[in-house]
Amino acid sequence: MAHHQVRLGIPGVRGADQPAFDSHRPPSPELIDDCVHCGFCLTTCPTYALWGEEMDSPRGRIHLMKTGLEGAPLSESMVGHFDACLGCMACVTSCPSGVQYDRLIEQTRAQVERRYQRSAPDRALRAAIFTLFPYPRRLRVLRGPLRLAQRLGADRALQRSRLLEKLSPQLAAMQSLAPRLGRPERVAEHTPAVGERRAVVGMLTGCVQREFFPGVNAATARVLAAEGCDVVAPAGQGCCGALSTHTGREEEGQRFARAVIDTFTDAGVDYVVVNSAGCGSAMKEYVHLLSDDPGYAERARAFSARVRDFSEIIAELGPVAPRHPVGGTDAQGVPVPVVTAYHDACHLGHAQGIRQQPRALLSAVPGMQLREIPDAEICCGSAGVYNILNPEPARELGDRKAANVAATGAQLLVTANPGCMMQVAQALERAGRPIRMAHTAQVLDASIRGVRVP
Amino acid sequence: MTTQAGHPSDPERQASVLRGADPAAEVQAQREPAGAPASRGTVAQVREDLRGLLPEEAVLTDPARLATYECDGLAAYRVTPGLVVLASRPEHVAATVRACARHRVPFVARGSGTGLSGGALPHADGVLVVTSQLRTLHEVSGEDQRAVVDPGVINLQVSQAATPLGYYFAPDPSSQQICSIGGNVAENSGGAHCLKYGFTTNHVLSLDVVTPDGEQVTLGTRAPDAPGYDLIGAFVGSEGTLGVATRATVRLVRLPEDVRTVLAGFDDTDQAGAATSAIIASGIVPAAIEIMDALAIEAAEAAVQCGYPEGAGAVLLVEVDGPTDEVAHELAEVERICREHAAIELRVATEAADRAAIWKGRKSAFAAVGRISPDYIVQDGVVPRTALGQVLRRMSEISAEQGVRVANVFHAGDGNLHPLVLFDGGTEGETERAENVSGMILDLCIEQGGSITGEHGVGSDKARYMPRMFTDEDLDTMQLVRCAFDPDGIANPGKIYPTPRLCGERPGRHQGAHPLQETGVAEIF
Ligand SMILES: Cc1cc2nc3c(=O)[nH]c(=O)nc-3n(C[C@H](O)[C@H](O)[C@H](O)COP(=O)(O)OP(=O)(O)OC[C@H]3O[C@@H](n4cnc5c(N)ncnc54)[C@H](O)[C@@H]3O)c2cc1C
Ligand code: SF4
Ligand code: SF4
Repeated sequence: MAHHQVRLGIPGVRGADQPAFDSHRPPSPELIDDCVHCGFCLTTCPTYALWGEEMDSPRGRIHLMKTGLEGAPLSESMVGHFDACLGCMACVTSCPSGVQYDRLIEQTRAQVERRYQRSAPDRALRAAIFTLFPYPRRLRVLRGPLRLAQRLGADRALQRSRLLEKLSPQLAAMQSLAPRLGRPERVAEHTPAVGERRAVVGMLTGCVQREFFPGVNAATARVLAAEGCDVVAPAGQGCCGALSTHTGREEEGQRFARAVIDTFTDAGVDYVVVNSAGCGSAMKEYVHLLSDDPGYAERARAFSARVRDFSEIIAELGPVAPRHPVGGTDAQGVPVPVVTAYHDACHLGHAQGIRQQPRALLSAVPGMQLREIPDAEICCGSAGVYNILNPEPARELGDRKAANVAATGAQLLVTANPGCMMQVAQALERAGRPIRMAHTAQVLDASIRGVRVP
Repeated sequence: MTTQAGHPSDPERQASVLRGADPAAEVQAQREPAGAPASRGTVAQVREDLRGLLPEEAVLTDPARLATYECDGLAAYRVTPGLVVLASRPEHVAATVRACARHRVPFVARGSGTGLSGGALPHADGVLVVTSQLRTLHEVSGEDQRAVVDPGVINLQVSQAATPLGYYFAPDPSSQQICSIGGNVAENSGGAHCLKYGFTTNHVLSLDVVTPDGEQVTLGTRAPDAPGYDLIGAFVGSEGTLGVATRATVRLVRLPEDVRTVLAGFDDTDQAGAATSAIIASGIVPAAIEIMDALAIEAAEAAVQCGYPEGAGAVLLVEVDGPTDEVAHELAEVERICREHAAIELRVATEAADRAAIWKGRKSAFAAVGRISPDYIVQDGVVPRTALGQVLRRMSEISAEQGVRVANVFHAGDGNLHPLVLFDGGTEGETERAENVSGMILDLCIEQGGSITGEHGVGSDKARYMPRMFTDEDLDTMQLVRCAFDPDGIANPGKIYPTPRLCGERPGRHQGAHPLQETGVAEIF
């Protein structure tokens, strides 16, 4: 059911019974009018798949925005249905009329964050998330205790006791999401191209990616270099603001965005390469985020145009580095097949339209056997910090995704987003079907170096 | 007629586009049909009765939530329902309808809400019974060639479940990725392939129905052709006025051994139409045969770059399927006939991907029209196939006379036209002119012995056209059928018939009883 959030305190709009939206960037009426109410977006919407309710469908949410513009108040239920949206953008893919729901929900969320008084525990949780996640250094501090706890098996004991879950389902979700942490592996500030230099690329190292999946960043830099890129990973770079922007924290997101633009402008690069789908899509949206900022509007437009996903830039340049089998070879020298399922991260497939490039790159690896995951267009439930804020639907979607991944019979699951990786790994473990996971960059890195996938 | 709002910029225009011109008044009238009994209860009473029978969260009363159900695929009409029930079991439907019957409160069934005639338009003082949570596929059997499904199951999901067994569900409305089986049954929906395989009515074996007094009954049997009246025939296409379907047993059709799609470009629609008639006259029943005119091609090219023959004034899309030998023969015939009719270009697609590429232009046509016009009306009418040429010519005359562009995309094989009337609601008077042209097209269909709807239903939108097509006697006879199921007039009132009457009330104009009643053929219930 849609009424899943833990709420205490008295939530509501500051200044009750006002129309839902004020005049500062409300959901655009022109974009709303593009929706012809045909319903073609319903079947791929994860919340509609879960609950079968109009108000938890894209069409319903757009309708709620419309009633809000017509003067309906920002009621608790209305906010609940906006909050329940994963921002997966499956609806953008399936809409034949080209409705820009991505823009609409971003505008709506910013209004909700500014105008709606959330319950006290909800506020506290959001505050905790946003003082932690966008700051790699703070995340790093957390790594020590987590690693220790994992090594001692303490977190399992904690999970078994379900104490955390009883205290707060959200905190429990955060705790159990922490992936098995490996040795820290830093990316150099400058990695020279191997052979002929074909491009100078800046690399976003990210927050969660950098602190929790450092192996992915290292692999990304190596593959880029092997494919002829001079890789610049500015040391001072901060968060791209994706989590903030996608949660309606507009000003915070804008602040992060401006800093990232400054950093990479100073670095003088041809492209800015991102290996995390959520970050990439947010950076391609800077053009909208900063459109009202006279000092940055033009720079944001130029910057967004230079942002590339990792698989996008490799496909665009055309891969040149020789590939080797990643599963070894048999006695005859034939590559041992590695049955692999590729999971489209929503912010890569739906938000950036990048589906074919990673598949093509993976298929070119000797021995790689790609399998398609049934219902691939439906979100795994990770969705930025959604799984922390809304653990129940996130878990249900994770379980569905795990069942579909398991149905492929794959030995390896490849995806290009840290959030999906944590979410799906956890769900597969829960289902008793753990499989190996890797980022596209790690597979290509292993293939170029002629080693097995980690 | 479907008024799709494009980019209305001022609120007044928006109101007139969204709510239609005079239809607004009719919607208002639906709140209380003429002659409604004074003893109608309230949704609050229904709400009370349902306490304990349905889960709390299955009954929506929150205004924001109710508002999301105020329209279906025809957003021109909006009425906020009094109450919404999200049924997740057939018993929930039965309990709700029983409560409605007890208090004589209207109810309206809703599946996925993709209807294009306002059939699922709610009643302000009534209950909307939503089937979208009733979505279990109970049985899919290749051996028995049938599927037993809940009403909220999506059309395409039936085919997806049957494909591994070598079968599919034949009715294929363009909305098949989202419309529900319940909605298909209620609208007797069909699609491009209905020429050969028939509409939904040809594929329903049995229905579990909650009648308007709340009784759960089963119509038909799992085996075809049960003795007695064809009640399934009456129920299919009844647009929710005879009760709510809670389970359907549908026929599955064997996947064809072979499929070929032909795309032929012609100078004009006349030639494409003549080729269509010749193909059918030759004895071939293609799986589908569709025509798009120049304006529709232009729109599709703008939207999906389908690469249709350059310079064509019309394209004909023919699909033949069946056993390989038969397909080869039919394909040769189709090609020959197209050439004889001066096709300027001919392409044949065998591979699924190539066929999909051809279909892409056709399937995107409706939505694509939005790219060449700010607003448009999707009309739906039928003419005898032999009158196609004449009707299309007359339509372009009307279009020229009135200065309103009309794009044509249609199921040529069965004469089902989908004229798209283009306009800009922002320009003074254009909305009215477009609505006028849209009405003239329907008159033209009737004149030629056709119908005011091929597959989108009458619903709220076309009720006012029914008297143009039928005499009062005809309409009264239909009402007798409705009254036999729904004496209190609570099942989707205000739809199909222009002036809802109550059973037992003397039919409108007549002084005295209905002719059928007078002659003792029928009784008033
Ligand atoms: C873009 C687009 C393209 C379309 N193309 C086609 C097409 O090619 N062919 C075609 O035929 N239609 C087409 N349609 C119209 C529509 O999709 C069909 O009429 C469809 O069958 C409606 O299904 P639904 O589940 O959305 O029903 P709804 O819109 O929810 O309801 C339609 C009617 O059925 C009644 N109803 C719903 N469920 C039940 C039930 N369980 N028991 C009794 N009555 C019920 C409702 O009261 C209403 O009168 C199209 C619509 C769109 C938006
Ligand atoms: S973004 Fe995803 S969850 Fe949100 S409405 Fe669209 S499809 Fe549904
Ligand atoms: S598919 Fe697009 S136009 Fe249709 S209801 Fe969804 S958002 Fe609106």
